[in-house]
Amino acid sequence: MNSNRLRSLPHLLLALLLTFAGAQQATAQDASASTATVSKAGVTPGATDGATASTAAAPAAGGADAAAVSAGDALFKANCTQCHAVNEQVVGPALSGISKRRPITWIIPWIKNSAKVVASGDEYAVALYNKYQKQQMPSFGLSDKEITSIVAYITSQEGGAAAAAGGATVQNAGAVDGAAAAGAADTGAGKYVDILLIALVVVLIVMVVTLIIIGNLMKDVLRGRKDLDGRDTEILEQRFDWGKFYRSPVLRGIVGVVFAVVLLYEGVQSVMAVGLTQGYQPTQPIAFSHKLHAGENQINCAYCHTSVYKGKSANIPSANICMNCHSQIKTESPEIKKIYRAIERKQPVQWVRIHNLPDLAYFNHSQHTQVAGLQCQTCHGPIQNMEVVYQYSALTMGWCINCHRESPLNTKGNAYYDNLVKLHDTKNAAAPFTVSSNGGTECSKCHY
Amino acid sequence: MKYWKGIEELESTPEFMSTAFAEFLPVKESHESKDATSAPRRDFLKLMGFGVGAVALASCETPVHKAIPYLNKPEEVDPTISNFYASTYFTGSDYNAVLVKNRDGRPIKLEGNPESPITRGGLSARAQAAVLDLYDSGRLQHFAVKGLRTETEEVDRQIQAKLAATTGKIAIVSPTIISPSTKKAIAAFAARYRTTEHVMYDAQSASGLLQANNGVLPSYDFSRANVIVSIGADFLGTWISPVEFAKQYSKNRKVSSDNRSMSRHFQFETAMSLTGSNADVRESVKPSEWGAVAVALYNAVVGGGSNSTFSNSRVAPQIAKAAAELKANRGASLVVSGSNDPAVQALVTALNQSLGNVGTTVDLTNASNVRQGDDARMVALVKEMNAGTVGAVIFYNANPVYNHPLSAQVKSGIAKVPLSISFNDRLDETGSLCDYATPDNHWLESWNDFEPKRGFLSLSQPAITPIFATRQAQESLLRWAGNNETYYSFLRNNWRGVLGGNNFNAAWDKAVHDGVATGSGLFAAPAMDTPALSASEAIARISGAPKPAANLVEVFLYEKVGLPASGSGANNPFLQELPDPVSKATWGNYLAVPRAMAVTNKWEQGDVIKVTAPNVAPIELPVLVQPGQAVGTVSIALGYGRVASGKAGDGVGANAASLLMATPNGIMYATAVTLEKTSATSPIAQTQTHHTIMDRRSVVQESTLAKYKENPKEVTEYEKVATPDGLEKPNKVSLWQDYQYNNHHWGMAIDLNSCIGCGSCVLGCQTENNIAVVGKQQVINRREMHWMRIDRYYSSDHHKSEFDTKGKLSTYAAMEDPSDNPQVIFQPMMCQQCNHAPCETVCPVLATTHSSEGLNQMTYNRCVGTRYCANNCPYKVRRFNWFSYYSNEKFETVNGHMFTDLGRMVLNPDVTVRARGVMEKCSFCIQRIQLGKLEAKKQKRRPKDGEIVSACAQSCPTDAIVFGDMRDTTSRISQLLRREDGERAFHSLDSINVQPNVTYLTKIRNSASEMFGPEEEA
Repeated sequence: MNSNRLRSLPHLLLALLLTFAGAQQATAQDASASTATVSKAGVTPGATDGATASTAAAPAAGGADAAAVSAGDALFKANCTQCHAVNEQVVGPALSGISKRRPITWIIPWIKNSAKVVASGDEYAVALYNKYQKQQMPSFGLSDKEITSIVAYITSQEGGAAAAAGGATVQNAGAVDGAAAAGAADTGAGKYVDILLIALVVVLIVMVVTLIIIGNLMKDVLRGRKDLDGRDTEILEQRFDWGKFYRSPVLRGIVGVVFAVVLLYEGVQSVMAVGLTQGYQPTQPIAFSHKLHAGENQINCAYCHTSVYKGKSANIPSANICMNCHSQIKTESPEIKKIYRAIERKQPVQWVRIHNLPDLAYFNHSQHTQVAGLQCQTCHGPIQNMEVVYQYSALTMGWCINCHRESPLNTKGNAYYDNLVKLHDTKNAAAPFTVSSNGGTECSKCHY
Repeated sequence: MKYWKGIEELESTPEFMSTAFAEFLPVKESHESKDATSAPRRDFLKLMGFGVGAVALASCETPVHKAIPYLNKPEEVDPTISNFYASTYFTGSDYNAVLVKNRDGRPIKLEGNPESPITRGGLSARAQAAVLDLYDSGRLQHFAVKGLRTETEEVDRQIQAKLAATTGKIAIVSPTIISPSTKKAIAAFAARYRTTEHVMYDAQSASGLLQANNGVLPSYDFSRANVIVSIGADFLGTWISPVEFAKQYSKNRKVSSDNRSMSRHFQFETAMSLTGSNADVRESVKPSEWGAVAVALYNAVVGGGSNSTFSNSRVAPQIAKAAAELKANRGASLVVSGSNDPAVQALVTALNQSLGNVGTTVDLTNASNVRQGDDARMVALVKEMNAGTVGAVIFYNANPVYNHPLSAQVKSGIAKVPLSISFNDRLDETGSLCDYATPDNHWLESWNDFEPKRGFLSLSQPAITPIFATRQAQESLLRWAGNNETYYSFLRNNWRGVLGGNNFNAAWDKAVHDGVATGSGLFAAPAMDTPALSASEAIARISGAPKPAANLVEVFLYEKVGLPASGSGANNPFLQELPDPVSKATWGNYLAVPRAMAVTNKWEQGDVIKVTAPNVAPIELPVLVQPGQAVGTVSIALGYGRVASGKAGDGVGANAASLLMATPNGIMYATAVTLEKTSATSPIAQTQTHHTIMDRRSVVQESTLAKYKENPKEVTEYEKVATPDGLEKPNKVSLWQDYQYNNHHWGMAIDLNSCIGCGSCVLGCQTENNIAVVGKQQVINRREMHWMRIDRYYSSDHHKSEFDTKGKLSTYAAMEDPSDNPQVIFQPMMCQQCNHAPCETVCPVLATTHSSEGLNQMTYNRCVGTRYCANNCPYKVRRFNWFSYYSNEKFETVNGHMFTDLGRMVLNPDVTVRARGVMEKCSFCIQRIQLGKLEAKKQKRRPKDGEIVSACAQSCPTDAIVFGDMRDTTSRISQLLRREDGERAFHSLDSINVQPNVTYLTKIRNSASEMFGPEEEA
């Protein structure tokens, strides 16, 4: 048995070496794919928060009911931004000044069922309908109150094209600032350490130079003395023997051990990285830009990824969702023509899947979005800035577990947790009620 | 009382004992290499080379996965979210209202439809497995002429031309059709082709029963019967409507300290059936004696007539007892018989009439429709086919070449008919002989309606677009009749008359949504050609019937709970591997012989016996010694020995249909044969003695109703352990710290009184959890993968009083001798989710751990396959993956659905397909628990009781299994456990203090015999 094991040792070593080689190659490939390397600092909840904050600030100045406006903000983004903007014409007209153009009593039935209003022969409606190539606005099942709050939001956003443009920049700036601020805060402590280090290095260099100078001075002094015997002269004239140093077994031993340890460490690291695809950024069949859609046009993620709050998967949108807008917008773009072709040929677009969990791991989006209330960016990174999407997070089990250990449960207003929270508070109020303290790191939460 | 799982165990043969205690049977795998000594080194090098290569390759490139969205997403479909559609399962045998679980557009599981007033949420084992048939690659995938693929239009053109030119009779042969609209479609076809005749015959015929009731199949209500007498009717397993009957039957068998009464069930039968094994009093009689039992019972109850009493001294007193109880329960009793002899059925009808049961337990107005086959007409048709007077024959999901007693004549008849068409879903024994194959859609791809009972309607709707280029048979008939309507609109128009015209659309939508509706009967039962016999005529005929010659052995041909007698389930590996409830045999039929016969003839289990009947080719089957089999008889199951069913079903067992006898009175399921031992042996794949637990007294408990009535607190023996403070419950002494469950504590309670052992849960579990089918050889190797099994224990019936009369020693000796007629008890066994789980402590890699909700978690990706856990499990419920059942070509025939893209569509995407080398076991359907909790969280509330149920609890037709949260004090399980605590609730193997989360409720028998009590006397 023992000899067997020994004999297999060379094979194992060979395997190990090949593994390293392969892994290095893989990392090289990965690296080239992800030169836009991800900053580990943790992005962007800041960015979106910043944006919302800046928009939320505006209405307060306008004096409108802040609650209605913020409700309207959400509704507007969820329902209207696909076809409308406040200050520019998209699929439908710019909505700036709508409350002045039309009374609310007209707007409400129009949003609820525009076809009915057009059919009723309303002059304005018919003119509008004709002006926009007889493209009908779909019906929305919104309540009167919701429509009023959308209008309130629009009113709060308007104020002339110039101001609007300004607003947009303010928002973007807000986002950038947010990110920068986060970065600054992060590096704040680091800076002092750096300065301290540099100072220390300088001091050390000065000391070394000073010592050499002192040494030379002392030597000169000694050479001047006549009472030195042969041995003393030998010591005085002794030169540093590099050869001896090189041949020293102690040094060789130390270097050997260090080399072996480094090799082992690197080896383990590269083996652990097998199958990791963080930063994976494949070329997609259609050059779809999340930066444009989610970032600049601020389309709600769930508008396209319809099941993200409902199901296990955040589905890749079907072509008919693209067509909601792109039957009108940018119809000449060669990229969008690919969607038309797909529909004509009845061959769905074959996107390349970026986030791949192994089959043995169960993950449910709705648990994290709907129940935990997480932002998409928490795991997917600054998706609204990505021209081409890449895998932001490691998606390793350690990464999952870590979050489950650190994140407090989102128990607010959820009757499922009421008793659990009470129980936790009476027992151990000091520690946060994290996901893992409710069993969130148990095996069969994800593996079954 | 002594329990034993099988004859081998009772006899304790050295071979049996050597492996009885082994969790894993040592199996010697054959090595293909000729030079055995050199193989390991070469294998090592090969594996090493492969390993190095695989590692190098794996590290180079991550495979590219595609994400392909819909082009146009249907509104109600969301990826990864299951939808449920109401539908109906009926393939000529038992009716089940089902809900189809549809995931991403494909049906993945069937569940009972609780809206149905007939099956009320229950589902039979066959229906559980039926979803696999949809993805059966053995189905014919296109229209064909003489086996060659032909375009649908071309086939239509040819058939229409030939039909128009046909002069003789056009026969449509089918099993029972209970669809009003299908019958109308056939009528529409008959209107175009005037000579059309529709002939129905059933593989498990009830034409005797139909004849005795003038063409009406009564519907029964077992829940209103205090006394049930069955002469050979396996009404819980296969007879007429088993799920419906099981629901009714169990209603009257559930006891509690508030309701200490239950029905009494007498069973006189030949083979040990599922129903017989549940009876309070069971006597085995020869098939030729069934009539005599009926006569004796009739004479005892109704009196008068000749006073022929039953000659058998053992059975006669039981008949007298049954008669006395029947008389005491007039209007609340029920006599049924599975015999197809019109004379026996005439007596049964007369018995029920004279007992005043008609109108209470027997309902002739809302008659059942599920058996309409007329044996005589089918026999007549076969004659006509051979006489050349039939111009065209259409086989509509009928396979008479396989399952009719006149198989040879059917074969020759088809050759003489100028035009033969088959709607069968594959080129089976009959279909392959037909000129044209126009395969029907699978029922999950079809619209259809059903009327299982007069006034009760049910719908099926397509849950998937047809997978292959098939067409629904009704539409084919309409098309050939020149009607271009779709069957959907044809059906919908028919329903206008049923649902009322005023608000038809709303009513129709509701009917489709619910899957069931009530409505006026759409068709009347056809009158039978032969009139019913009177009681005296029947008695005369029975007493005049010739007795089989003394040198012959009577063989009884029966239907398995899993496989239909028609053979239609043969290619479904789930059904093939479902252990027979009583014999626990899988994969094939066998000759069930009583022990005395095996001893006299020196037959060992597995010896192949040649069964010879006059005028037919002999068949060969292995012997299985079956306790309870009537003396001097043998039994053979129908539905096996297919030759053209598909990969999984072909050549499994032998076809016994040739032994059926087509008499003028109908098909007889018994005949006389000679048996002769051959030199061959063929092992039977039984799960019976696998995972044996030898000392049963603390495993399963039972008592009698008399004792229960006296004091419910004394029916269960609670084990105590000695402590310094005296005797205590085992859980008072523990090395371990107890877990604290703050959130949920999942538990299960199984009422052994309600469990009838039907196996529906086993298959429900298998479909839900992607459990692999392993095939006959691996079952023999004790490697079946079923996460739950139903343990069947026989027990000898010996009386305490015998101690005094016969002496202790001789009584014990008698106990060792296997009883001819043992009692049977069923115990569903799955992972007990122990709170102090022995498996958890021995896993070296922490692959099996305890959850904060009381579950024993099994993490496949962490498991390295040491199998310590299985060895340490006292319940033997862990299953090891010895092979890659999804990719190892050895398993492609039996587990084929995991090999192809088509078959894999049936897999549950929420459950991992386990790889080779890992342990698996029941998870309490953790995926359902997690989903239920998530739904509750999304709606910001606690889960409601009954919302989260394991697949087994959901499928149980008798509601024997209750699943729920034991932390929720208002849940059904909490209430049940509170009520039964100290009465019937017990844990299996309580004394070893593993504290299971599964609780059993003691079985109570309504039998007068006072069995041995707890084993302290032994």
